[in-house]
Amino acid sequence: MKKIIVGNKVGMTQLIDKDGIVTPVTAVKVSYCSVIKLIDMEKQGYNAVLVGYDEKNENKCNKAEKGFFDKLKVSPVKYLTEARLDDLSGYAQKKEITVDTFEKNELVSVRSKSMGRGFAGTVKRHNFSCGPKTHGSKNYRRPGSIGGGTDPGRVFKGKKMPGRYGNEYVTIKNLQVLDIDNENRTIYLKGAVPGKRNTVVEIYKK
Amino acid sequence: MTDILIKELEKKQMKENVPEFNVGDTVEVSKIILEGKKKRVQKYEGVVTRKQGNLSRENFTVRKVIDGIGVEKTFLLHSPLITDIKVKRQGKVRRSKLYYLRNRIGAKASRIKAKT
Repeated sequence: MKKIIVGNKVGMTQLIDKDGIVTPVTAVKVSYCSVIKLIDMEKQGYNAVLVGYDEKNENKCNKAEKGFFDKLKVSPVKYLTEARLDDLSGYAQKKEITVDTFEKNELVSVRSKSMGRGFAGTVKRHNFSCGPKTHGSKNYRRPGSIGGGTDPGRVFKGKKMPGRYGNEYVTIKNLQVLDIDNENRTIYLKGAVPGKRNTVVEIYKK
Repeated sequence: MTDILIKELEKKQMKENVPEFNVGDTVEVSKIILEGKKKRVQKYEGVVTRKQGNLSRENFTVRKVIDGIGVEKTFLLHSPLITDIKVKRQGKVRRSKLYYLRNRIGAKASRIKAKT
């Protein structure tokens, strides 16, 4: 990984250019993203930074969190993520990561939690097809057969079945950075980003 | 619940001096069409059957009957390709979407009372 920043998804809109071409954009706003801790080759055996995002009220921290942040002498944050970086130069503890670490037209990866869909059936979760609605059919959104009979005597592992869907981390690769707004601390990405509004979004470059 | 940031961005992209027109009006839309490298302005006249969206996302659909075949074109109101919109006639309608025109045949297909 080369660089990383964490922000909140603001929402989507469209940009109209001079030739009348319309592109979908997602705005990601970075309130305050900083380096909490450096993890270096000598001590831990790999290079990484612990990135913190969004300031947290000290009164809302539990004792464990308070101890952790006090030990590092940094102000508490809401969201922590570790990013393995190739090169640690330019990074220091407490240093803020700003929007301009990224450039225009760069291709980046985006990782965030997708929308939670609760306990979903096979049609929504695994794109199974529906059965007929009418003609006496009792197989409209059912999963169908889940395997053989006596011969295997069991259901194979990994069989696609109903269950919890969404609310998990999804990575989208190669999203183009369309614009960077230093004043509003915002990055505009081409296309959609997983999750609903205000979801914490990690933008990084491999 | 749109964020102010996005609202501002959309407002910035809006064109000034966009004529006001409503559903049911007859309008003439001039649109730049690229043919290879040549630019040409195409005029398209018809009845506005719907208006959708807010700010820079606003779009409208114009319906016209050509040789007995109904044609509907949707335009982005704030697109730089749309050079001119002329309101030819104001219509009096009681619906926000004039989809009922699709089921009409013959002379009735484009008949809308004029606004008085």
